[in-house]
Amino acid sequence: MRRPSGHCLAFSCMLPGIWLEEGHRRPVTLPERRCVEPIFEARRVEKFYEQPDGSRVQVIAPTDLAVHRNSVVALLGPSGSGKSTLLRMLSGLSKPSAGEVLWHGKPLDGQIPNVAIVFQSFALFPWLTVLDNVEAPLMARGMSAAERHKRALRMLDTVGLDGFETAYPKELSGGMKQRVGFARAMVVQPEVLFMDEPFSALDVLTAENLRGELLELWLGKKMPISTIFIVTHNIEEAVLLADRVIVLGRNPGRIRADFAINLRHERDRKSREFVQFVDYIYTVMTQPEAEVAASPLVPHERRRRSRPEPKYQMLPHAKPGGITGLLELLIDRGGRDDVFRLAGQLHLEVDDLLPLTEAAALLGFAGVKEGDVEITGDGRAFAEADILTRKVLFREAALGHVQLLGQIDQTLHAKADHTIPIDFFEDVLDEHFSKKEIERQLETALEWGRYAEIFDYEPDSGRMILADVGAQHPEGPPQ
Amino acid sequence: MNRSPGCVSIPKILAWGSVPRGTWSLITDLPIFGAGLALCYVFILLARYWAGPFTPSVDISRSPSALPLYAVYSLLRIGVAYFLSLVFTLIYGYVAAYNAKAERIMIPLLDILQSIPVLSFLPGVMLAMVSLFPRHQLGVELGAILLIFTGQVWNMAFSFYSSVKSIPRDLREAARLYRFSAWQRFVQLELPYAGIGLIWNSMMSVAGGWFFLMACEMFVLGSRDFRLPGLGSYLQTASSAGDTHAILLGLITMISVIVILDQIVWRPLIAWAQKFKFEQVESSEEPHSPVLRFLQRSHAVSVVSHRFTRPLGERIALYFAGRERAPSATGRVAQARKWALRVIAALVAMGILLAVVDALRLLAGLSAEDLKALVLGALATFLRVLCVLLIGTAWTVPVGVWIGFNPRLARIAQPLAQIAASVPATALFPVVLLVLIRIGGGLGVGSIVLLLLGTQWYVLFNVIAGAMAIPSDLKEAAAVFRFGRRECWQLLILPGIFPYLITGLVTAAGGAWNASIVAEYFHFGGKTISTVGLGAAISQATDSGNFRLLLAATIFMAAFVVTVNRTIWRPMYGLAETRFKLES
Repeated sequence: MRRPSGHCLAFSCMLPGIWLEEGHRRPVTLPERRCVEPIFEARRVEKFYEQPDGSRVQVIAPTDLAVHRNSVVALLGPSGSGKSTLLRMLSGLSKPSAGEVLWHGKPLDGQIPNVAIVFQSFALFPWLTVLDNVEAPLMARGMSAAERHKRALRMLDTVGLDGFETAYPKELSGGMKQRVGFARAMVVQPEVLFMDEPFSALDVLTAENLRGELLELWLGKKMPISTIFIVTHNIEEAVLLADRVIVLGRNPGRIRADFAINLRHERDRKSREFVQFVDYIYTVMTQPEAEVAASPLVPHERRRRSRPEPKYQMLPHAKPGGITGLLELLIDRGGRDDVFRLAGQLHLEVDDLLPLTEAAALLGFAGVKEGDVEITGDGRAFAEADILTRKVLFREAALGHVQLLGQIDQTLHAKADHTIPIDFFEDVLDEHFSKKEIERQLETALEWGRYAEIFDYEPDSGRMILADVGAQHPEGPPQ
Repeated sequence: MNRSPGCVSIPKILAWGSVPRGTWSLITDLPIFGAGLALCYVFILLARYWAGPFTPSVDISRSPSALPLYAVYSLLRIGVAYFLSLVFTLIYGYVAAYNAKAERIMIPLLDILQSIPVLSFLPGVMLAMVSLFPRHQLGVELGAILLIFTGQVWNMAFSFYSSVKSIPRDLREAARLYRFSAWQRFVQLELPYAGIGLIWNSMMSVAGGWFFLMACEMFVLGSRDFRLPGLGSYLQTASSAGDTHAILLGLITMISVIVILDQIVWRPLIAWAQKFKFEQVESSEEPHSPVLRFLQRSHAVSVVSHRFTRPLGERIALYFAGRERAPSATGRVAQARKWALRVIAALVAMGILLAVVDALRLLAGLSAEDLKALVLGALATFLRVLCVLLIGTAWTVPVGVWIGFNPRLARIAQPLAQIAASVPATALFPVVLLVLIRIGGGLGVGSIVLLLLGTQWYVLFNVIAGAMAIPSDLKEAAAVFRFGRRECWQLLILPGIFPYLITGLVTAAGGAWNASIVAEYFHFGGKTISTVGLGAAISQATDSGNFRLLLAATIFMAAFVVTVNRTIWRPMYGLAETRFKLES
């Protein structure tokens, strides 16, 4: 089912265009895009899980996405936004619950297109030598031993693993392992190279080094690849590598921004343009609920997404100690700072920092605006209080702002024995979140509730107990 | 020349460094050629014997000169049974892991089959095999092999199934993404991933095979007396005749065979399988085996590998890769396959239904008296198993902890204990019985000793391992805070070894139930000695050909074991996995 080419024409008429983001006054020229059919295209692709009671948990909202030749596309998003799920649907590994993925205009029918994936965990076979690992995909294609050998060696040479052919993966460092992962992916000459957080398991320096080499290979056209699609949660990595960045939001996963990065390589991390891009992405990601202008790249009718109905409040997975630390740092820095700079200061990835800022905002301790975090009066009072007062303030804030904790508190007060099994709230959350997310929501709620001394929790019986009751009757529930 | 330091030193010590290279490889190859030749001879011998006319009761000689041949027969029986178990394991585990519908039936079934004692299979299997091959020795022989098979296969199948199920998602996806054929996936992903677990379980299974050898090689079934030449029947004949000298000789032979097998088969296999360990970082201490090193350096082995094994593997892999790339089976073929599967499933279901109806009819004739005896027997055996576990725990925990806390002691004690444990307790029964009868104890108490002999080792091993796994910083903390002996046990040692203790007890309990059949009922010196118990009931029913009682007793035991597993051990396991897990 191909669409008439008129659709494609309408697309290119908008390009190149200038896009002005309010408040950032940053002109972004979009790259000229030739009118060719995309390599692959997702049409109203979504993922959801049916619950036994008939309701469904939406993991990814209906999403449209087209990827063209000769580009590096980065998919960014906080954890839990379904980046990996989307990648697996696009690459044919997992079937969408609805909608379809087209490769060269043809729908995928459970087949795997000519792609490769570089995994975060490397996914090498530990019992095969480096050479055998790289040869394995070629063997699957029925290639003769001699030819396989030749190609694998050439690819190992390209990624700088000369002389390691007979080593086993466990003898190699993380960076070397990922090189094997690259070699194995490229040796099949995939049309699209998917990468699922390929540098996340590596230390900072190794990751930086590998990124540089990847870019060198790509720019030098030494890779037999037409397009790279990289999933990451590292904003700088995305801006450093990609020609196009797609930012996903979560609950359910959906595209919140999709724009081109037209900076010339080698990109300078300190340049004004680079910082502006990074800042913009932070702004998008720190305002999870705001509707950001996606980008003019997306045709108008596609932008009209169904607004998700009012949702159950989602707790960011932050620990009270972390929130306190963030607030103290903010006070040291004059009460307000740029999220990007804070992340650098704390050596935190966005994935680790965002839950903290979100939690502070949720509790009314801080406000997030245009990529800056600013401490509020409540936040200042909390951060400057002593340990016991902090607990009181946290409790007030939590009961006032956090839906789930309020619910737990009310239920415990309502019950005669002031205790309730935690499973009860699993059921409450059941229609809003996936199983894994419910677990994390309750874990966070427990952490906060225990810290704020709203309730106690007995892991053996799996019951929550109203805190003051537990204190009055240390031996157990009242008679 | 040789890079690894370990290899350089050996020729020097042995002063063989001066032997020219070519000669050297010839010398190392000689034993391999010899072994190949011997294997061929044994197979011919066996084929001749199996094809021979049916002689249900061979006279078992008690002369020491018969021992080598008997050992070979027993070894081959176990070997063939093991091979069958392996084939069954791979197929059963594979289907259960990949077919969700089949899994729902196959896994609980495995759980039940696992709890059925080996000897309950005996009459059915034996009669079926003898009627299949009425004229040849092959029938009885296959019967014995199938019996050993039923004692070996279940835990292997379970291990393979759970390994395949737990293959990490990324590896699975990589295999799918790079379009591995089913064969390549099996050889490069599933089999290696399951390899270590499969080898350990194989070792345990073969040990179980030795345990039941005595029962499988010689037994009475109703009016018929079956005897197969082998080590088990030799030992049993010797103990029936009360020939202490022959018992000891048989025992020594069996232990030697087991120790040799351990050295030339299992140890090399385990050392070799280390490369299948699913780890991203190299571990510091790896088991090694001189035999493996010898094989790896052998010229003949490398020639066979280069000229034969590897090209063959290549051929097969490419054949399957080609098939997979060819357009996939058309709709009609898939449809036909689906229907065939349905028909097979329906047939199987029908067969099961018929069997159940038949069994129920048989059971309906059970008298109230029989039932009462069975309940009493079940209780007696249950108490005996409980006693065994309590006594086993009582002595193995202090001793195991003591050994585990002394690394130097552990290094000496562990291999010794391993040898002790590898001796099948059934083989020792005659000796123990002899002593027991001398001092005047009955089998009621004696069977506890016999059961203990067979099962306490599992507990001991696990306790030693657990004690060794307690991190030293916790021990140091205990020392710093001046824990007394009581606090030390209560706060550190007991919680520390808990998961290991549970694992040991579960294995021991399962083993004890199964062993009760041989421990509660015994032919000795021309007499039958027995005591009240479920195991005795099963043995007796087999002996007298009372199928009704056999079936009832078997169901009793399986139900008991499954219930105890579900209600006691599984929750304990859960506790061990969560609360008492020492996180690294």
